[in-house]
Amino acid sequence: MTAMVHGSVHVERGEPVLPRWWQSIDKLTLSCVFILFALGLFLGLAASPPLASRNGFSEFHYVERQAVFGGLALTAMVLTSMMPPKLVRRLGVLGFAIAFIALALLPVLGTDFGKGATRWYSLGFASVQPSEFLKPGFVIVAAWLMAASQEINGPPGKTMSFVLVLMIVGFLALQPDFGQASLVLFGWGVMYFVAGAPFILLIGMALLVVFAGTVAYNNSEHFARRIDGFLSSDVDPTTQLGYAADAIREGRIFGVGLGEGQVKWWLPDGHTDFIIAVAAEEYGLVLVLIIIAIFAVITFGSLARLMKERDPFIRLAGTGLACMFGIQAFINMGVAVRLLPAKGMTLPFVSYGGSSLIAGGIAIGMLLAFTRTRPQGEIADHFGRRGH
Amino acid sequence: MSDNSELRTPLRPLARILAARRRGENPDNIEKENIRLRHEDMRDKSRLRSEGRLLVLGVFFLCAFGIVGVRMGQMAISTPIEPQSSGSGTGIVALRADITDRNGRILATNINTSALYAHPQDMVNPEGAAHALVGIFPELELERLLRDFTGERRFVWIRRQLSPEQQQAVFDIGEPGLLFGPREMRLYPNGDIAAHIMGGATYGREAVNSAEIVGTAGVEAQFDEFLRDPVNDGAPLQLSLDLTVQAATEDVLYGGMRLMNAEGASSVLMDVYTGEVIAIASLPDFDPNNRPRPATEGDASQSPLFNRAVQGVYELGSVFKIFTAAQAMEEGIANPSTEIETQGPLRWGRFTINDFHNYGPRLSLTDVIVRSSNVGTAHLAQMIGAERQRTFLGSLGLLEATPFEIIEARGGRPLLPPNWSEISTMTISYGHGLSSSPLHLATAYASVLNGGLRIEPTLLRQDGPRLGPRVVSAETSAAARSMLRQVVSRGTASFGEVPGYEVGGKTGTADKPRPQGGYYEDRTIATFASIFPASDPRYVLVVTLDEPETFIAGETRRTAGWTVVPVAAEMIRRIAPLLGLRPEIETEGPVGITLSSN
Repeated sequence: MTAMVHGSVHVERGEPVLPRWWQSIDKLTLSCVFILFALGLFLGLAASPPLASRNGFSEFHYVERQAVFGGLALTAMVLTSMMPPKLVRRLGVLGFAIAFIALALLPVLGTDFGKGATRWYSLGFASVQPSEFLKPGFVIVAAWLMAASQEINGPPGKTMSFVLVLMIVGFLALQPDFGQASLVLFGWGVMYFVAGAPFILLIGMALLVVFAGTVAYNNSEHFARRIDGFLSSDVDPTTQLGYAADAIREGRIFGVGLGEGQVKWWLPDGHTDFIIAVAAEEYGLVLVLIIIAIFAVITFGSLARLMKERDPFIRLAGTGLACMFGIQAFINMGVAVRLLPAKGMTLPFVSYGGSSLIAGGIAIGMLLAFTRTRPQGEIADHFGRRGH
Repeated sequence: MSDNSELRTPLRPLARILAARRRGENPDNIEKENIRLRHEDMRDKSRLRSEGRLLVLGVFFLCAFGIVGVRMGQMAISTPIEPQSSGSGTGIVALRADITDRNGRILATNINTSALYAHPQDMVNPEGAAHALVGIFPELELERLLRDFTGERRFVWIRRQLSPEQQQAVFDIGEPGLLFGPREMRLYPNGDIAAHIMGGATYGREAVNSAEIVGTAGVEAQFDEFLRDPVNDGAPLQLSLDLTVQAATEDVLYGGMRLMNAEGASSVLMDVYTGEVIAIASLPDFDPNNRPRPATEGDASQSPLFNRAVQGVYELGSVFKIFTAAQAMEEGIANPSTEIETQGPLRWGRFTINDFHNYGPRLSLTDVIVRSSNVGTAHLAQMIGAERQRTFLGSLGLLEATPFEIIEARGGRPLLPPNWSEISTMTISYGHGLSSSPLHLATAYASVLNGGLRIEPTLLRQDGPRLGPRVVSAETSAAARSMLRQVVSRGTASFGEVPGYEVGGKTGTADKPRPQGGYYEDRTIATFASIFPASDPRYVLVVTLDEPETFIAGETRRTAGWTVVPVAAEMIRRIAPLLGLRPEIETEGPVGITLSSN
């Protein structure tokens, strides 16, 4: 009964692992991720050759690397998704500890690759961005702390996780990397929300944000100009945003055709942050809507599965992972269509990028591990086990 | 479990514990069981709450992705804007109308040039390009170019304007990342002639393919809307200035300023019937093609950008006396031969009014003007009184900014005494205590002397007279002109005689006020306000010199008669033929003698 309540799958020695996995895994999300990755490779074929030739690599340099990293990422995802939640939690906490130390040591040992922000460790053949790996680890730790705080006589987990998130945001802001910092903060926020943040606090925070925004808008000319610049409909056509917007317009419904796109020749981030613009130009609105739908299905599907989950830790961790994934996709595409101010953020599984790909694979693997169907103890309700 | 929401089950209910003890069971198990139950209760509650909140999150994400999708759809069906540089200048009207003088000669026009910009990401050899550019344009900073070209920037403006030679030189660098955008450039082909009137123009909104030219000063700023308005279809703005006369005026004025060791100078030439300003100059000046930046420190009124003729308000001194005389005649207080008391010094409270020379006990009104007696004028002012004086000067436009059509005219607001007392009335009667611009003075002279009809100064060419309400009678006007003529023929402005043009005028030498209060002993503003020909007036000319000083006939002279009058005479000698005035062969026995014997 304990096993049922805590929801972990009881795997006996010699039990068929793979069939069990296939039975219980969220097949919809799994296939969506595979489709996304395939689309990413497919778009990379179009988007990255100009950049590769500009940087002096062979034509499909980036595609090849993407395929290698993607293979690793998908393997990591499948392996992670096979683990029982407890093991995921242990490894997650361990991974978090390592990533956190790595993050803390970045100012000393990291490199900035001349981009002005120290975010990477250079390993020679590849570079690693610790903050990418920190995110899933942090979600696990925070969920663990919050779930523990729901036990009677449990530790004050919500406060502890809040302190933790402040430390991480502090480190990320030092780099500076406000994009990742806001992602981490957002992940913590949704977990706290699901863990039962009091409504008064939520309303208070919303009012505070509105108030602070108004004050900043009225008092800081710099801030006001940025907001006005973002709100004004016309965009300088020679910026990345301008090219991206025009690419989307050029694409119309069915795109200008394979290899006919122009925007990839102009956009330096065409294979990463603005890959959706390349997709829109060459394949049109149809492909873009398909991509959006896939992200929506993954996010909403995972959240729907988590609604049935009874274990607080799994519920919270799953929520954090799914929402971080969803919001990252939303921000990336929102920037391209000028719904949001410019912020460099990759489109999960579609954009080129080693660290983000592998870390994304691990994160989705964890999510899949958490959303596997397992006995939830609903039967106990029917039997009135707890009736008095 | 719902019925105990208010009354929680105690963890150790005494009755059950006692019963268990009696049965010999461990009572702690009861507590454990109760904790477990309460815990499950809590979990159920939190699960239900989480379910709702997860649903909220799910719906939030669906909406968010939905919005992105809708927005993508909107963008996909909207018309694409060309992402290249072409067409990005839509909405900028590049064509700016020309400005011409009264005869259609060009004062300001546009020429096509190129602007130079760079796309550093497209550069083949950024370092080489930077070095080559510095070779062509020495004012560029090499370090800055290198930083811009090798950094992250994708777009760098290098120069707003290029000459064709410079463009060819840049072209010869052969760098594909250096690009040219067509530009219209505002050109003032006459350089610094009429610089203060032209003002200057600069680029406003700028795109790669065109840029807006915006007036920054002078007529360019005043008529900015008009010049840019496509409705006018390129029709030029025609000014009242005459380029030839303007050039001659500036030429003479500059020579005079140097000769008289003056710090600055200004002149206004105005048509007495139309109010058209034919020539207006202020020295030192500048080249509007390359308008200097306004000085951030020092006295703005010493800057070359400062228009002394329009913006500068000065106590102009005795040139005001003719207004007092004209008003006295108009009010019937005196006629030209009325004897006026001139015994100095005239004491009023703690003030003393004195004359440059002692003119004896009395002078006729004509001689008060001809010999410029402060005491006599002050006596007249006392008879006129503050209220009437103020009304009269107001009717001449001396109490408010002129409606002159350059943007700086609004700044040329006369300085009036805070309290128009009797002593103010007396000093204002000879031009102290009220500061006005030379343009004000020219306007007032024209109004009094053209037969007595008010005119307004204008910079736009007029087709006929623009006469306003009467300020003095035609007789008063004629008498005033006769007095001014005698000032030249036998008075303080004897150096102003120009044979054949019947110059009449009044000198004014005003001590310059110290910034800390009081007046300088040795710094003056010398003014000569003249009209010619006196019998049939056509033009008013006001010339001022700021701090003139010349050593003539064994003395350092700072008075108008010795400094500014000869300059003005030379000016009239040069410009009267250009204005098409025919010199009169004057008869023996000038008009003045006949009149004074009346």
